[in-house]
Amino acid sequence: MSILADKSTRVVVQGITGKEGAFHAARCKEYGTQVVGGVTPGKGGTTHESFAVWNTVEEAVKKEGANCALIFVPPAGAADAIMEAAAAGVPLVICITEGIPVADMVRAKHFVLGTGSRLIGPNCPGVITPGQAKIGIMPGHIHKAGDVGVVSRSGTLTYEVVGQLTARGIGQSTCVGIGGDPVNGTSFVDVLRLFSEDAATRAIMMIGEIGGTAEEDAAAFIKAHVKKPVVAFICGQTAPPGRRMGHAGAIIAGGKGTAAEKMKVLQTAGATLVKSPADMGATVAKVIGK
Amino acid sequence: MKIHEYQAKLLLREFGVPVPDGDVADTPAKAKQIAQQLSGKVVVKAQVHAGGRGKGGGIKIADGPEAAETAAKQILGMKLKTPQTPPEGILVRSVWVERASDIARELYLSMTLDRARSTHVVMASEAGGMEIEEVAARTPEKIIREWAHPALGLADFQARRLAFGLGLSGEPFKQGVGLIRNLFRLYLAKDCSLVEVNPLVVTKDGRVLALDAKLNFDDNALFRHKEVAELRDVNEEDPLDVEASKYNLNYIKLEGNVACMVNGAGLAMATMDIVKLSGGEPANFLDVGGSASPEQIENAFRILSSDPSVKAIFINVFGGILRVDRLAEGIIAAVRKLGLKLPVVLRAEGTNVEQGKKMLADSGLPLIMAADMAEGAKKAVELARKSP
Repeated sequence: MSILADKSTRVVVQGITGKEGAFHAARCKEYGTQVVGGVTPGKGGTTHESFAVWNTVEEAVKKEGANCALIFVPPAGAADAIMEAAAAGVPLVICITEGIPVADMVRAKHFVLGTGSRLIGPNCPGVITPGQAKIGIMPGHIHKAGDVGVVSRSGTLTYEVVGQLTARGIGQSTCVGIGGDPVNGTSFVDVLRLFSEDAATRAIMMIGEIGGTAEEDAAAFIKAHVKKPVVAFICGQTAPPGRRMGHAGAIIAGGKGTAAEKMKVLQTAGATLVKSPADMGATVAKVIGK
Repeated sequence: MKIHEYQAKLLLREFGVPVPDGDVADTPAKAKQIAQQLSGKVVVKAQVHAGGRGKGGGIKIADGPEAAETAAKQILGMKLKTPQTPPEGILVRSVWVERASDIARELYLSMTLDRARSTHVVMASEAGGMEIEEVAARTPEKIIREWAHPALGLADFQARRLAFGLGLSGEPFKQGVGLIRNLFRLYLAKDCSLVEVNPLVVTKDGRVLALDAKLNFDDNALFRHKEVAELRDVNEEDPLDVEASKYNLNYIKLEGNVACMVNGAGLAMATMDIVKLSGGEPANFLDVGGSASPEQIENAFRILSSDPSVKAIFINVFGGILRVDRLAEGIIAAVRKLGLKLPVVLRAEGTNVEQGKKMLADSGLPLIMAADMAEGAKKAVELARKSP
C-alpha cells in the first residue's frame, strides 16, 4: 500500500507537447508509470513522441480512464489547466508549473474545492510511490520502496533526504512534494492524515520551510492525531526577514514564519527535530531503530 | 516588486482613489515650481523604497515655494537612513511634493493575501500612522478584517462594514466606501501582493485621502502588466541582485563570505543553514533553478566571484531536472573564462552524476570535491577562514 499513487494510476499529461512535458512524460513512463497520453488544446488527434494527444482532459478520461493529471502548462495557463482537470472529474491533479500568479491560484484552488478532486502543488516535484508510479520530475533512481512517508514543500531538498534514506537502506512508501507557493492545493495536514491512515507507512519525514503557518498547523495535527513517529526539518534557519527566498511562499513577514518558531511548535507536538540537513537520514534511522 | 510612493499615488489616482494634489521632482527648482502651482503649505517627501522616512529626515513641511526648494535641496542627494534601509542608507534621487493636508483622523487600510485562508483580505484599523505589526501585537481588537470571495471579490456590504468599522459617517463614510472599493479594484487589476495606505486620513473639511501609499506586486504576474514592470527602479536594488535577475537567477546578497550555488530554493536555504552550522556565514542565497542552462551556471559563477566579500564558493547540487553533466559544462566554461581566484568546493549528486564528475576530473580544474553536504560545508567554511 501507499498513498495517492500506485500501479493502477493512469496519468494524462497536460502540456505534453512542451519541452518539459514531453521530457518528463517519457521519464515517468520509463519508470513504469501508466502514462495514457497527453493534452494540448488544438493538437488533439496527433501523437507526440509516441504519446496520444487530446484536445481536452475530458477526452482522456473518457477514452483512457485517466485518473490523474500531471500539469506542465506554462504559468499563464496553468491555473486554467488545473480547473479543466478538476472539471473533468480527475481525482488527482498534480501541478508542476512554477510561477503561477497568486490571484489565479486563489481562484483555481477554490474551484477545485468545489469538485471531488485533490490538487497537489503547484510549484512542486510531484508524487512518487517507489517501484510503482513516478508522477513528477524527481529522479526516480534515487528512490527505494519501503515504509517511510516523505512530505515536503521543497523539490531538491526532498531528493536530498530521499538520497540519505536510500543510502542507509531505508525505503519510502510515498514521497509527496506539496510545493513552495503561498496558495497550494494540499497541505502538510492533508498528507500527514493520509500517511497516518496508511498501513504501509511506519514513520513520516516532513520538510518544512520559513513563511506562512502550514508547519504550525501540521504541529497541531501531529499532536492531536498522529501516532506514528514524525521527523521534521525546517530550512531557512539563516534566512533574513522580508526577503523572498526563491519560493514565493518562503518569506518571513512581519516577524512571523521563522524557522525557530516552527521548530519549537513541532518539537512540542512530539516530532523529532533535525537541526542539520545532513542529519535527516540518520535521524530517521535512529527513530525507527535501523 | 516594489515601486515608489509617487508611482503608487499616480496609480491610485488613475483608479479613482483620492490622494493629495502633488507631483514628483528630481531637482530643487522643479520642487519649487510644483509648490508654486499648489500654493500654500506643502510636504516634500523623499522617494526611496523604505518606510520610516520621516524619522530619518526624509519628509519636510514647507510653508511656500522657497521653503520647498530648500527642503528639496536638503533631501535630494542625501543618503537616507531609516530602520528599513541598509546601514549606509539609500541615495534619494527624487521627491514627491504635495499639498499639506489638514488632518482630523489617521486611519489604516491594507489589502493582501491571507495564506491560511487562501484568499485576499482587507484590513482596516482606527490606529493609523503606526506600524500595523505593533497594533496587531498590542491591540489586535483594533484591526478589522474582511475576506474577499475568491471569485466574486469584495462585496459592497463588506466595504461598508470596513468603513463603519473605521468610525466613518455621513459624507466621509460615502467617500470611504468608494475608496475601499476602488482600491480593491486596483489591487486585483494590477495583481498586487500588497496595498497599504498608512495613514488613510480624514481631513478637517471631511475628505478621505490616501496620505501615503505602498504598493507591492506579484512578480509571477508581471508578464501581464508591462506598464507595472516598467515602474521598476533598479537604483533601489542591490547591483548584484539586479545582475542576477537578468539571467533569471534567484539571488539574494547576504553578509557572509561563503558563496553558495545551489539548485532549488529549499536546498539553497538548507545549504545556507549548514554553512552557518559549520561555523561560517553564507554570502548569499542562490537558486539556479531546476533547468539551469550552462550559460546560467556561468553567469551565476561570475556573479558570485564578483562579490568582494566572498572567500570561498560552495556548489551544492542535487541533480533532478538539472543534470550534473550540464552543471559541469557551465562550471568548466566559467572557470576557463574567468579564472579560478577562489577555492571552489563541489558536492554533486543525482542525475548523470558520474558523467559530470568525470568531465570535471578530465578538465583538470583544481576543484575540491565533497562526498556530502556536511563535508562540503565544512571544507568551504575552513577555506574561507584561511583565505587572505
